[in-house]
Amino acid sequence: MTAPWSAGEEPQVYPIARSGDVVHIRQAIRALSQQCRLSLVDQTKMITAASELARNTLTYGGGGTVSAGMVSVDGRRGVAAVFEDSGPGISDVEQAMTDGWTSGGGLGLGLSGARRLVDDFQLRTAPGEGTAVTIIKWVR
Amino acid sequence: MKRDSAVDLVGLLSVEGEELAASWVREVATSLGGRIGVAELDRELRELHGALREALREGAVDVHSEQMSEVRALLTELSRNRARQGFSPSETAMSVFALKRVLEPVLQNGSAETIRAYLQLGRILDGLGLFAIETYTQTRDELITTQAEQLLELSTPVVRLWDGVIAVPLVGTLDSARTQVVMEKLLQALVDTGSEQAIIDITGVPAVDTQVAQHLLKTIVAARLMGAECTVSGISPQIAQTIVALGIEFDGIVTKASLADALKLALRRSGVDMVAHEGVQR
Ligand SMILES: Nc1ncnc2c1ncn2[C@@H]1O[C@H](COP(=O)(O)OP(=O)(O)OP(=O)(O)O)[C@@H](O)[C@H]1O
Ligand SMILES: [Mg+2]
Repeated sequence: MTAPWSAGEEPQVYPIARSGDVVHIRQAIRALSQQCRLSLVDQTKMITAASELARNTLTYGGGGTVSAGMVSVDGRRGVAAVFEDSGPGISDVEQAMTDGWTSGGGLGLGLSGARRLVDDFQLRTAPGEGTAVTIIKWVR
Repeated sequence: MKRDSAVDLVGLLSVEGEELAASWVREVATSLGGRIGVAELDRELRELHGALREALREGAVDVHSEQMSEVRALLTELSRNRARQGFSPSETAMSVFALKRVLEPVLQNGSAETIRAYLQLGRILDGLGLFAIETYTQTRDELITTQAEQLLELSTPVVRLWDGVIAVPLVGTLDSARTQVVMEKLLQALVDTGSEQAIIDITGVPAVDTQVAQHLLKTIVAARLMGAECTVSGISPQIAQTIVALGIEFDGIVTKASLADALKLALRRSGVDMVAHEGVQR
């Protein structure tokens, strides 16, 4: 699930460098989710997950990019987004994915919550090599 | 050599003396389509003309030359005014480039010297035009930042619903800066109005993530410390489901589906009884 896009489905790439970018990304994901005809609940879940991951990319990853677009596999359609940074990476993934664990001053619910909000969730990271999180929400 | 060309450049700007400046003003006035006062334009461009001639006489070679400081100051002023008055960047740069156009007649039957001087002056004017555009853009950016800040303030009203009951209707995407402003305003309003009940209505908020939730929770705790009770109203079904999936706990925080329900609760808590009069249809 490294690159969820199939041929002919080029994602848009957005920078994540300032907090204003997070707002912009939420709007882009909203537009995609509407275009894809996700239900209102699923739209809100996807937007919220994207908001969490974009802010992690900014806060902990030192900035990066998100590639977002529509995907289709076996006749199923969905919205996908890949958040990438070349920051410090996460050394203890299990701990980071624990509800309530934060290294900053957050609620520690962003990563674990985002996983519950979407259908597919993949985290790839290594210390010193950055972090990439891929999420997909499928049309029901 | 350098001295000579300076003399030529100055000569170029002095050919028709006052007449040149007047043509320049006319050319620019036409391009701006009468949307600027001719008297103002006349003053601006004559000053610029004088300063430019002076700078060249002193040996300025481009827009960044030490001798150009007066020209840059005047051009900055001009560009800032254009930006504030709503002219476009091209219209702003035209004020400079028009001088090239006005000087074109000297090329007819001009000596090689004159043509070289014209080209050299052209390069200097190109630099000045770009400088004008840069200043214009900078001013525009400043204006946008100011407006964004004003909007931040404007879009977060705290309203008094009843004696002792205030409300903040939140609308639109909440980023960290905005949420912070709203919350500070709410706490201040509690003090200013001596209210003990606050309602935060999020009907108009499309998504609540951990950051927004954290701001909300902190505000509610702070309000409590000030002896006030907060109610969160207008949580849509999709936001309720998202909050649950995220794992955010709103334990001990009173939530109501609508602002009306929240107001009823707040009134009851402040000891106000609402009685429906007999015979009045509801
Ligand atoms: N892109 C990343 N790069 C490095 N570390 C990360 C990254 N994303 C998350 N982490 C680490 O994982 C921890 C948990 O992240 P999570 O989003 O769950 O919580 P939080 O951001 O601290 O708080 P919240 O998201 O609830 O406001 C973070 O505190 C951080 O240490
Ligand atoms: Mg987070």
